[in-house]
Amino acid sequence: MTNLLSAILLFLFLSASSAQHNVRTERISGSAGDVLEDNPVGKLKVYVYELPSKYNKKLLQKDPRCLSHMFAAEIFMHTFLLSSPVRTRNPDEADWFYAPIYPTCDLTPTGLPLPFKSPRMMRSAIQLISSNWPYWNKTEGADHFFVVPHDFGACFHYQEEKAIERGILPLLQRATLVQTFGQRNHVCLDQGSITIPPFAPPLKMQTHLLPPHIPRSIFVYFRGLFYDVNNDPEGGYYARGARAAVWENFKNNPLFDISTDHPTTYYEDMQRSIFCLCPLGWAPWSPRLVEAVVFGCIPVIIADDIVLPFADAIPWEEIGVFVAEKDVPELDTILTSIPTEVILRKQRLLANPSMKQAMLFPQPAQPGDAFHQILNGLARKLPHDGSIYLKAGEKVLNWTAGPVGDLKPW
Amino acid sequence: MKLSALHQSYLNRRNNNSFRSPLDSSVDASGKSLLAVFWLILHCLCCLISLLLGFRFSRLVFFFLISTPSNNNLFSSPPFRPDLPPPRSNSTATATEVKSSSSRVVVGRHGILIRPWPHPDPVEVMKAHRIIERVQKEQKAVFGSSSGAKRTVIAVTPTYVRTFQKLHLTGVMHSLMLVPYDVVWIVVEAGGVSNETASIIAKSGVRTIHVGFDQRMPNTWDDRAKLEVLMRLQALRVVKEEKLDGVVMFADDSNMHSMEFFDEIQNVKWFGALSVGILAHSGNAEEMVMMSMDKRRKVEEAEGEEERSSSLPVQGPACNATTDKLIGWHVFNTLPYAGKSAVYIDDVAAVLPQKLEWCGFVLNSRMLWDDAESKPEWVKEFGLLNENDGVESPLSLLNDPSMVEPLGSCGRQVLLWWLRVEARADSKFPPGWIIDPPLEITVAAKRTPWPDVPPEPPTKKKDQMPLSQGDNVVVIPKQQQQQQRSSKVRKPKRRSKRNKHEAKPTDTTTQVSSSTKHHQERN
Repeated sequence: MTNLLSAILLFLFLSASSAQHNVRTERISGSAGDVLEDNPVGKLKVYVYELPSKYNKKLLQKDPRCLSHMFAAEIFMHTFLLSSPVRTRNPDEADWFYAPIYPTCDLTPTGLPLPFKSPRMMRSAIQLISSNWPYWNKTEGADHFFVVPHDFGACFHYQEEKAIERGILPLLQRATLVQTFGQRNHVCLDQGSITIPPFAPPLKMQTHLLPPHIPRSIFVYFRGLFYDVNNDPEGGYYARGARAAVWENFKNNPLFDISTDHPTTYYEDMQRSIFCLCPLGWAPWSPRLVEAVVFGCIPVIIADDIVLPFADAIPWEEIGVFVAEKDVPELDTILTSIPTEVILRKQRLLANPSMKQAMLFPQPAQPGDAFHQILNGLARKLPHDGSIYLKAGEKVLNWTAGPVGDLKPW
Repeated sequence: MKLSALHQSYLNRRNNNSFRSPLDSSVDASGKSLLAVFWLILHCLCCLISLLLGFRFSRLVFFFLISTPSNNNLFSSPPFRPDLPPPRSNSTATATEVKSSSSRVVVGRHGILIRPWPHPDPVEVMKAHRIIERVQKEQKAVFGSSSGAKRTVIAVTPTYVRTFQKLHLTGVMHSLMLVPYDVVWIVVEAGGVSNETASIIAKSGVRTIHVGFDQRMPNTWDDRAKLEVLMRLQALRVVKEEKLDGVVMFADDSNMHSMEFFDEIQNVKWFGALSVGILAHSGNAEEMVMMSMDKRRKVEEAEGEEERSSSLPVQGPACNATTDKLIGWHVFNTLPYAGKSAVYIDDVAAVLPQKLEWCGFVLNSRMLWDDAESKPEWVKEFGLLNENDGVESPLSLLNDPSMVEPLGSCGRQVLLWWLRVEARADSKFPPGWIIDPPLEITVAAKRTPWPDVPPEPPTKKKDQMPLSQGDNVVVIPKQQQQQQRSSKVRKPKRRSKRNKHEAKPTDTTTQVSSSTKHHQERN
């Protein structure tokens, strides 16, 4: 009897393993289950506040570059929600409330966003919301969500030390933050936040796609800065020294195709590589992760304690390779000692189209893309716990907390 | 404020003694002015050093003064970066300590970790290459050929023993060895089966069928082409008799094939045609350039030529641009070469291909079988083919030539190249290209890229060549060479160009002075 059972089990196992051979993709199941293909429509309702255009449209009109830089997710989220079936015009039946503000649309001439006015903008918007609608005061923002894709999220500063000093904007303490920044045990990552990928232009990546049979001949690929001489002349601050360590240890290694060039064949080269390095920069996240996933290159993430996008839905441990910053000098040993079966499995997971789709913000929205994953994440947080509803007149947030400069009206 | 005062005073500084600062109204004691001067000088010094270094080094100074180096495993390399201070985990007054008590990631300055020997390890490099190989194999398996079928490649090669046989045959052999499918190599040899050919193809590692053909290879290109056709038909007969199953391609021994060619021919159903690049070289590069310049001029003036105006003429199927259906054939244009083409093997002129070379066609081997069930009607019965009727191209095997499948994205891809380069009919070469026993006399070539070597001191041996040809003569009699080998430091420079007993120099290239032409049969 037991022999028969074991024989059956063996047969099943063999058939399962042989079925995996020559299979192009594999199903992705994270800790939240196989949720990448879930449809959020019907699971939640979102009410979009009507804010004056000085918070959104006017900023865009002033600088249309906001539509193509890596923080463009906030704008596209707004456009998506306006025409999405989850939108409701009746705020009483809404599960989530969204205020369309573009805090990252104040750009320098070179295109970098200045976060200095963003806290004031947020504050002014929240004051508007709380005085014109009763829904903010009901929960002090606990059923509201905001998209803050800047370097350190709602800490609104590009320098990490200053960002930590400021902490998350006090008014946003109870709201859900949809942000790109994610690092464990960090002030700027709230427990309930949803991490999203940075914006990478989907059409541009589409035009550079190569057919999948082109053989991958580059072992490790990276293009970017190793030292930031403008902002970090002494060295050691930028990327916590990790990028510089990559350069110093592997510039002589022919397996590592790393340089600071800006080649026109950047996307094509990624499709010819097996591993793509995604080290931290001034912030731990970067669009490189999105590009690596879209082009099927296994991301090598060098950022301690980073929280990757949709971490509960996507099993990043099985897809990418995580290397501690202190292990960077042994990167070549680490990468060559990964068994080939594991590498092939990671490539199969990356080849899964739902994986690639979940990292993109296509216009118009498509099922399974990052917009839907955000909604899925919001839906997973429902139903709201009863304790978020405050009694009449009860105040939890401190409206005067924060640096003096933030309290100025915007 | 103090600094601005110092700055202003620095600009106004003329006299040490009369130090005046507009903000400091009470300049009383000389001690105060000395202090001011000291600060000034220190400030200037710091400015100059910062200018040199390129950054504000004051932070470095503070580190060295304040924090104590901690003993973690930090090793930084000297040449590029100055020694970096250790991470500020125990340094003072930064807001980093405010929150991250449970975080092990510290904000601030970190050292750059560099291992003592930052160079690749050969074992790891090999491992990486194995990984790359495995990944590419998997890619090919999953995404590679569209149909996924892996049919045997049956290669038909007519050959015969001559100077360049080893060169050409080895090239084809290596291409076939790299093919990722099963290969059956049918080598048909003119003049009968010979040991030389057999020894060359024995190294291939693929299954070979060595067939002998009674006639000898003639000396004119036209006759040669006719004989090759007969030899190929003989090989096809072998395919029919042995009932070999696969895709038959014609690998002439001097052609060059790309690996994509073998992937592409897997897609043929019955009879396919590909584009062949024609390299009608004569080995005389100048003439080729002149010819191509003439051709290009002619093409620019005239119109309606079937050939493309690119410099590589291509022979193969011509397709309708929109529907990708076969509408005709691109044929090699022989007009520019009229009267200037090679007739005999050793002519120094362009060697032209036939109208349609056999190598551009592939066929399903079942087409040749007698009793193949699903053989289409437009295929002639191969067993009934009469070769005396004049078979020029494989299209004679078909009843209806319009049913040919164009391969290689309808002839747009050139996946193989046709070339004919042969030595003179009477050129001698060492059998098997092995010189055994080693030659006793070596004579330097007249034009060598190596630097001048002073001549050897004269020896007492009898057979010495006179120092007539230039000054680069190295006479190394055999026994003395072995004695002197230990004492000699120079690298041996053997440029043996001739057999010991051969009186006349023979050139084994086609660059022959057009003095004599030999018309006898090839021995």
